[in-house]
Amino acid sequence: MNKLVSAFLIGGVFGLGIAVSGMINPAKVLNFFDIAGTWDPSLIFVMGGGLAVAFAGYRLIFRRRKAPLFEPSFALPTKRAIDTELVGGAAVFGIGWGIAGFCPGGAIPALGLGYSQTAIFVAAVIAGIVVARFARARLAQPAAA
Amino acid sequence: MTDFTPFQSLLGGALIGLSAVLLMALHGRIAGMTGILTGVIPPLSPEWRWRAAFLAGAVAAPLLYQIVGGHIAFSVPVPTLALVVGGFLVGIGVHFGGGCPSGHGICGIARLSPRSIVAVATFMIAAFATVFIIRHAIGG
Repeated sequence: MNKLVSAFLIGGVFGLGIAVSGMINPAKVLNFFDIAGTWDPSLIFVMGGGLAVAFAGYRLIFRRRKAPLFEPSFALPTKRAIDTELVGGAAVFGIGWGIAGFCPGGAIPALGLGYSQTAIFVAAVIAGIVVARFARARLAQPAAA
Repeated sequence: MTDFTPFQSLLGGALIGLSAVLLMALHGRIAGMTGILTGVIPPLSPEWRWRAAFLAGAVAAPLLYQIVGGHIAFSVPVPTLALVVGGFLVGIGVHFGGGCPSGHGICGIARLSPRSIVAVATFMIAAFATVFIIRHAIGG
């Protein structure tokens, strides 16, 4: 099977999961975070279902296979450091998530529902990524110029 | 109010997990939306094509699900300014934090990555605190 068709279908499974689970809905996500108010604990079940399948599935893959079907090797994250970038970035992400109610994995599938608010959010995320990339490239350069 | 949906949420979560497993088994990749989205923002990653295909599938699925009669609850309870500010912070944060709930939360924790466990704990606490401040401390 073609690699791109495969990626499209796997993306489809992801998008369907996001839609069925309720992660696609900012009102639901914000209610999950609102324990003191209109709390909706559903997202615990999203996390539980996702982790159970991924945990078991990953173990099966890494035990049985030396390489994925379409590629010569698994591309796994190599970073190990728990540093300011990781914690600071995660904190900033969490604040943005709490303000908007969307995360990237929820918003991309939501584009398919055709609401302009989703497109505005995704455009802002892309702007943030572009600015962060630029800032990181600047930070990585030595001061002399 | 939103309805408590334990069964749909568990099923949907399992599908998200299944897509992570399939992407690893077939393509050898982490199913993190941050990495996949970043790869199609110019300057393009050399492997942008499968990422674009994944994104297209992710967008198409909810649309098709609705066409065949599925119901998807959706409402955005915040003003446009919150989407712009929140979205920008999300973009900055996922870039420096190296991922979002799909990459760190599902794939990373499934691999028992200490980085991901720290990232998830941090962004969950930040999101709970932010919603509390907006809805109860300020909004009251």
